[in-house]
Amino acid sequence: MSEDKKSNWSRRDLLKGIAGVPIVGSVWWAGASKGVNNTQARDSILKTLNINASPPPPSGPMAGDPIRIGIIGFGIRGPHLCRALGFGQKSWLASMAEAAKKNPKDTRLASFLEQEHLNVNITAVCDLFDLRAQDAIDSFSTDEVKVQRFKTHQELVESDVVDAVIIATPDHWHAPIAIAALQAGKHVYVEKPMTHNIKETYELKDVVEASNVVFQVGHQHRQTQSFLTAQDIVKKNILGHVSLIQANTNRNDDNGAWQYPIHKKANPNTVDWKQFIGSAPMVPFNAEHFFRWRKWWAYGSGLSGDLMSHDYDRVNCILKMGIPSSVVASGGIYTHKDGRNVPDVMQVNMEFPDFSTGSSQTAGKEKGMTMVYSATLGNQYGRTTAFMGHDATMEVGNSLTIYADGKSTKFKEKIVSEEMDPNVPIYQYDPASGSVDGVTSATAKYFADKGLLWTYRDGKRVDSTHLHIREWLSCIRNGGTPSCNIKEGFEEAMTSHMGGLSYKLGRRIDWDQAKQEIVQVEGYDLDEALLEDKEKIV
Amino acid sequence: MTTDINFSQTGRNSLVLLRILIGWHFLYEGVLKLYNPAWTSKAYLSSAELLTPLFQWLSGDGMIHLADNLNIFCLMVVGLSLLLGYFERIGSVFGIFLLLMYYLAHPALPGSSQAGTEGSYWIINKNLIEAAALFVLYQMPTGTYFGLHSLKKNLLNPKTK
Repeated sequence: MSEDKKSNWSRRDLLKGIAGVPIVGSVWWAGASKGVNNTQARDSILKTLNINASPPPPSGPMAGDPIRIGIIGFGIRGPHLCRALGFGQKSWLASMAEAAKKNPKDTRLASFLEQEHLNVNITAVCDLFDLRAQDAIDSFSTDEVKVQRFKTHQELVESDVVDAVIIATPDHWHAPIAIAALQAGKHVYVEKPMTHNIKETYELKDVVEASNVVFQVGHQHRQTQSFLTAQDIVKKNILGHVSLIQANTNRNDDNGAWQYPIHKKANPNTVDWKQFIGSAPMVPFNAEHFFRWRKWWAYGSGLSGDLMSHDYDRVNCILKMGIPSSVVASGGIYTHKDGRNVPDVMQVNMEFPDFSTGSSQTAGKEKGMTMVYSATLGNQYGRTTAFMGHDATMEVGNSLTIYADGKSTKFKEKIVSEEMDPNVPIYQYDPASGSVDGVTSATAKYFADKGLLWTYRDGKRVDSTHLHIREWLSCIRNGGTPSCNIKEGFEEAMTSHMGGLSYKLGRRIDWDQAKQEIVQVEGYDLDEALLEDKEKIV
Repeated sequence: MTTDINFSQTGRNSLVLLRILIGWHFLYEGVLKLYNPAWTSKAYLSSAELLTPLFQWLSGDGMIHLADNLNIFCLMVVGLSLLLGYFERIGSVFGIFLLLMYYLAHPALPGSSQAGTEGSYWIINKNLIEAAALFVLYQMPTGTYFGLHSLKKNLLNPKTK
């Protein structure tokens, strides 16, 4: 630079000094405008939707004397239910401590230890495999409370050391044990599906309705925050008329296909085989049947009762649409030809021709809905559960997302004004965005994504099953009716049985709403058909 | 920050251009977040892949409000200092700190998920490149040539014929 230029504080120097100021102004204006517009659009959409995503009040206090619990069935689900009660097996606690040490993101042990104390004692266990029963005794007995083993469920439910029982047996034992417990005056928490056949569904319903104890079916997603939010969304008719619901199962690992480990020490001396068989056809001792019972209609309920029952109740707890008027199912054993006789690929179409979630169009234009359940145990692509309405589509799992429909009547103005973009969610609830969860297997992820494993309360991860059991215990202590009582269980069980029957008989199965029964199919005893030891009858 | 570099005019103008562009980017990010109360870094921090305990602590209920506000404040400090050409070296240090934090939370390391990124990166990503560019600006400030600092310099050191 020349001396002349240096010495003069020219206009050019001034401009170079303050040139950044208008850029700051421009950038500030652009950022502020965009920020304010985004906020206004968001507030406007939220005001329009008016969705209540607040958690429900906790079920009542756990005060009073400890409730004495008997565990019937201590295989895979049984120990999980005990953890939900606050009792972890010694082996589980050790493995979780190891997992947390290896991976700081694995919060399973921390969540368990932070779980609320439910003021219960496990006082009794009944499992037909000696080693499992002993595991429960060793893990849960304390100086004050010794866990007693009962060889039969009948002895356990009639004993005076239990007030309530948790049933986590193979499906064919659910109803008989629940009925025995209810008749003995014990409160009952029974795993899904509630029953294994049609006849016992009516019997259990009658016994529950005649009893004055508390009955809960284990559909724990009813405690999941996203499902409670979804109920509010449907109530406010945000989706418009829902004509189609899709729900899916996609699993592709041994565990997901019910290929559970077989314990080496299981043999006729350590397993009460005769009692395991119960009402099922007698066969010689078979460890695979004992540990992998879900693969046979004689003890389990196939995809329709085992997994569709979850999906059906996930939808029923939101819509309360009841039992479908008809069901058509198809599928086959396509990926696991290992001797099983339940399908591993299955599609179930459930029709609800008189049901409507509401409408934003001319009265009477819309009515009726189909729910499609589609399952494979040979692929784990994560298909979402979607409620497809005229005005919006809602995806529900552990999180919840709503997309406005491009042709919506209700949101037409907001879509035209570009305040809503059909490709961008208009509402999203993701409780996990604030924390990281440890999911260790594909099957665990499948359950977690569906909202079946955990939910969130006050920003903390909580086991959904813990909340579901807590609700049951609260009803025992403080009165009230659990969220998955006999009405909901009856609907779940009948729908599952219709799915299984349609698959086995290769035809449509109808529900007679007036008579509250499955319409008979000429030439068949429906219960016999459902339980018959064949993949398909027709 | 009175030091200036001995550089060709083209080189100096190039540095000013780089300073303006980075300042623009930071200020826009900061202002956008300032006027959007729903914004939070919670998901970004809580899903951190390195220094996980630190970032999860920052994303906790007790800290996230402070972390968000500090982030906005720092973004705007960097943006304003670079655009206005005043305290640009301090701004560069703030910017490098922010960018390294962003990088450490979600590094472009082999095996990292790099979810949400729009390109393909191996070890080096845009955060790291922008941090390096800020390091250059720290080493070679141009505020005395183009920016408010030049006004101050001229006011304090008037040179007459």
